[in-house]
Amino acid sequence: MSIDPNYLRANQGFRLADGGRIDRGDPLIFSFAGRRLMGYRGDTLASALLANGVRIVGRSFKYARPRGIVCAGVEEPNAILQIGGREETQTPNVRATEQPLIDGMVTRPVNGWPNADADLMSIFGSLGGALMTPGFYYKTFMFPASRWESYEWFIRRAAGLGKSSKLPDPDRYDHMNHHVDVLVVGAGPTGLAAALAASESGKRVLLIDERSEAGGSLLWSGDADKYAWGEAIDAMLPMQWVANAVRRLDANPQVARLTHTTVTGYHDHNFLTAWERRDDTCAFSGSDTVPGTRQRLHKIRAASVVLATGAHERPLVFANNDLPGCMTASAVSEYIRRYAVIPGNRLVVMTANDGGYRAAFDWKQAGREVVAVIDPRHDPDSSAIQQAREAGITVLTGSALVEARGRKGVTGALVAPINKLATFVTGDTRLLACDTIATSGGWSPAVHLSCHTGSRPVWDDAAIGFVPGPTTERRYAGGSLLGHHALAQCLADGTEIGAQACSVYSDEQREGSIAASVPQVQSSNTTEAAPMALFAVPHPKPSSRAPKQFVDFQNDVTAAGIEQSTREGFESIEHVKRYNALGFGTDQGKTGNVNGMAIVARALGKTLPEVGTTVFRPNYTPVTMGAVGGAHVRELFDPERYTPMHRWHVKAGAEFENVGQWKRPWYYPQGNESMSEAIAREQLATRNGVGILDASTLGKIDIRGPDAREFLARVYTNSWAKLAPGRCRYGLMCGEDGMVMDDGVTACLADDHFHMTTTTGGAAHVLSWLELWQQTEWPELDIFFTSVTDQWATISIAGPNSRALLDELTDDIDLSAEAFGFMDFRTGHVAGIAARVFRISFTGDLSYEINVPAHHGQTVWDALFNCGERYGLTPYGTETMHVLRAEKGFIIVGQDTDGSVTPYDLDHGWAVAGNKPFSFIGKRGMQRSDCTREERKQLVGLKCSDPNTVIPEGAQAVRDPAQPIPMSMVGHVTSSYYSAFLGRSIAMGVIKGGLKRKGEKVYFPLADGRTLEATLCDPVFLDPEGARGKV
Amino acid sequence: MFLIHCPYCGEDREEEEFHAAGEAHIARPLDPDACSDEEWGNYLYFRRNPRGLHRELWVHVAGCGKYFNIARDTASYQIHGSYRIGERFTWSDAEDSAAP
Repeated sequence: MSIDPNYLRANQGFRLADGGRIDRGDPLIFSFAGRRLMGYRGDTLASALLANGVRIVGRSFKYARPRGIVCAGVEEPNAILQIGGREETQTPNVRATEQPLIDGMVTRPVNGWPNADADLMSIFGSLGGALMTPGFYYKTFMFPASRWESYEWFIRRAAGLGKSSKLPDPDRYDHMNHHVDVLVVGAGPTGLAAALAASESGKRVLLIDERSEAGGSLLWSGDADKYAWGEAIDAMLPMQWVANAVRRLDANPQVARLTHTTVTGYHDHNFLTAWERRDDTCAFSGSDTVPGTRQRLHKIRAASVVLATGAHERPLVFANNDLPGCMTASAVSEYIRRYAVIPGNRLVVMTANDGGYRAAFDWKQAGREVVAVIDPRHDPDSSAIQQAREAGITVLTGSALVEARGRKGVTGALVAPINKLATFVTGDTRLLACDTIATSGGWSPAVHLSCHTGSRPVWDDAAIGFVPGPTTERRYAGGSLLGHHALAQCLADGTEIGAQACSVYSDEQREGSIAASVPQVQSSNTTEAAPMALFAVPHPKPSSRAPKQFVDFQNDVTAAGIEQSTREGFESIEHVKRYNALGFGTDQGKTGNVNGMAIVARALGKTLPEVGTTVFRPNYTPVTMGAVGGAHVRELFDPERYTPMHRWHVKAGAEFENVGQWKRPWYYPQGNESMSEAIAREQLATRNGVGILDASTLGKIDIRGPDAREFLARVYTNSWAKLAPGRCRYGLMCGEDGMVMDDGVTACLADDHFHMTTTTGGAAHVLSWLELWQQTEWPELDIFFTSVTDQWATISIAGPNSRALLDELTDDIDLSAEAFGFMDFRTGHVAGIAARVFRISFTGDLSYEINVPAHHGQTVWDALFNCGERYGLTPYGTETMHVLRAEKGFIIVGQDTDGSVTPYDLDHGWAVAGNKPFSFIGKRGMQRSDCTREERKQLVGLKCSDPNTVIPEGAQAVRDPAQPIPMSMVGHVTSSYYSAFLGRSIAMGVIKGGLKRKGEKVYFPLADGRTLEATLCDPVFLDPEGARGKV
Repeated sequence: MFLIHCPYCGEDREEEEFHAAGEAHIARPLDPDACSDEEWGNYLYFRRNPRGLHRELWVHVAGCGKYFNIARDTASYQIHGSYRIGERFTWSDAEDSAAP
């Protein structure tokens, strides 16, 4: 259905006829909660909604009260919307005040059921504070714990914080790194002045601002030529000065500038992250255009950081201050001057400082009625007040706006005289009819980033706010972040800190920078009256009886709630904050936190600095997971490592198993084979003929040097003194605590040259471990380690036919049992490729491990298959490898051990040479009294009484199945398989005192109700004499 | 994220290239077999874990592969110096006396 654009244009009843930084020639049509509306390029979603008279943009979190737009920037607590043109691009909690309007944008409130205009949940809200007190959820939904799941459903339903799509995100995101001399955060007057000063030095400068264009507060400042309240900089109108500054910066090749980019995290050593919204068009409008990068995460390392993050205006806390139509004073000005949108017709302003008068001037200049300015200060005198009175605006001093009236929006303001300290009402109230209330309680410096590295903000009486505390980082702050709100002061601050920030390397450049002149301000605002520190406005009734006075809009935290929590004994601000969820919303309490602390201070009779503040953590605003992930998604999420024969395995139809980053063939199903059928076939083929395994993932470390042998003796538990060149040995590696850490076979290539193998997963750690000892404890040992894991393809052939098969492919290695015995190593050629062949076995059968340079791996693998058919050569994967090794009782470190197992617990005392001259790593550890006590868990074999049942790995063992719960557990199963060759299930496990209890029974009560019985036995199930491997 | 100076490479590099390896200057007892269980337990498990000035062992694992030491403030995260194995590092007298 097409809608007449003229109708939509006319619908913008709150759009001013002229002015604003919008392009009336570029209308954009969007939808909100199913309604079609129009705005213009240059609008934010919030300004477009206000232009169309949309007052209610959502329902509140706890009481489901109607809520409207309060602010015009990043601090907005209410206007967080669900946006997305398609299911896969749904994005929850987007701040409408920051989101540029996009043609075709589809938006709706995140909560409200059945809709935001008429929310049934608000019945809870109207029942009021009596029902939903602070800690309501803790108190109500605590017991019984078993009901939690149904409570949670109710809470989520009621709260409704938007929804994310479960479909893959079609958009592209990426990351970018920056290394700069000076990072300037914020492109308002302070930041621009700082960037200009810093750029003079020739340093690399990066200037970032969260808004769509530079200027900060100047974007809605008054022009001196047509406006009493206006200002000029260096004889230019403010935005002309901004345009000029931007031109100068952009012309400098050393300066980079990002807009619509929020610096979200300030991490250690001046590492900052920034989130750039580049192009949301596709995601938010539902168009099918393939976009470029939608969002980008910038990672910035800066020599110095200039924070010019500005300040957020605090709304005042008064009764019903959450009614749609209540806004901050600066937001009213910004909507009028930047977007040509007037949020209502009749305005009442309540301000504790001169700045709030701006809203009244802007409103009046837009041709609407200013009912009154309410000023709590008694007899203040300033240019602003004089100008207001001259302009015919009613100014009520020594008064307060104590309560807003209205149901779905403001219809009136209740005003009363107050005492000098603004602690109580001194006279009768009167009702002023109005539809908009603008308040200013002062400005809270945006200290968030300054806190991220652990620096606590400090209270500043002059600023009436917390300002950045001391830091060890090379960080500079200025402008309204320090509570300096006068434009001239901001420009002076910026120039000064911009120069300081780039002087970190050289004094000469500092001299040059300081010479940069401070822009001069012309202003009619000559005298200022001191602002008043007012946070919560008194009401004729105590706050527990008055209508709700909201502090944190997003989490529905009220003044009465905070006071109640102090009565319940919460005194630390950290506790009050958590109990009330103050500042826990997506806005991190940007508007509410300081007001909340002030109310705590009032209730406890303390000063604000005594109450202290909480510290903000990254991120400053929520960041999408898309931006966090960047391009590291799907196949680029984590590196995958392939062996040289990977493509062969894929072609052979292998199922793969992830072992660390490696992709290892798990098993090779043929036809319609099930996994267990495939494993049985692979196992029998290997035991009866010959099997082939790709073992290239084994960690391999080349060790060279005259002291290599001595070093091995120190890091392995067994002896290496007599291992001759051409021989291999199995070694156990322990930590200093005596616990098994890794194992593997090491071959002696020459007296000063060894080839060590490690477990697939332990390779990197073992190399670091060896380096640690050599570099830090024994630097006198002359030895070098080189990781050669990726340099060698390792092919293991195992089974009675393996010798005959290998014999076909080599003519320079004598494979006879006499010439090439078990645990021998030979060099020669296999399939014409120079190879290292180890006669070692992880199956118990005759077996050869052929190592060839990685790029020849496929050649040798193919050659083996070319003549393998008559021997029944069968590829097997890791699962069959596990069954074959378990039949022989060979352990897998990390599966049969868990960091609490000594070699003696494994019954591997034969691999510990206690008489070595040097006290090897782990020796003293495994002699500690706890390691030698009786009843340690020891590795044994387990035979299930039902040979067809495989005990689940991890099953807990008990000695007495009849013992009532809680039962005494005596160990658990570590490895368990069905062996087709043995025709029964086999298992290993660690059982208390297991080694001397062989023949006894243990029981495994399972979660499914069965109890399995098993007999402890030797873990070598096959060929205990070792005859098969030594043919 | 730290910016760490590797004394072997002579460059400031991102923390991503390094691994922390615990407190520095924990010497292995020369005669482990002569240690009591308590002495060995102290060597194995007990660390100062101070709030403030601390000397730590790090390894440039994605760089030169060398272990080296860092003198760091665990409260402010300021790194005061990087130095090679076998070298010593001293803060100013005042700072050193403040360290436990």
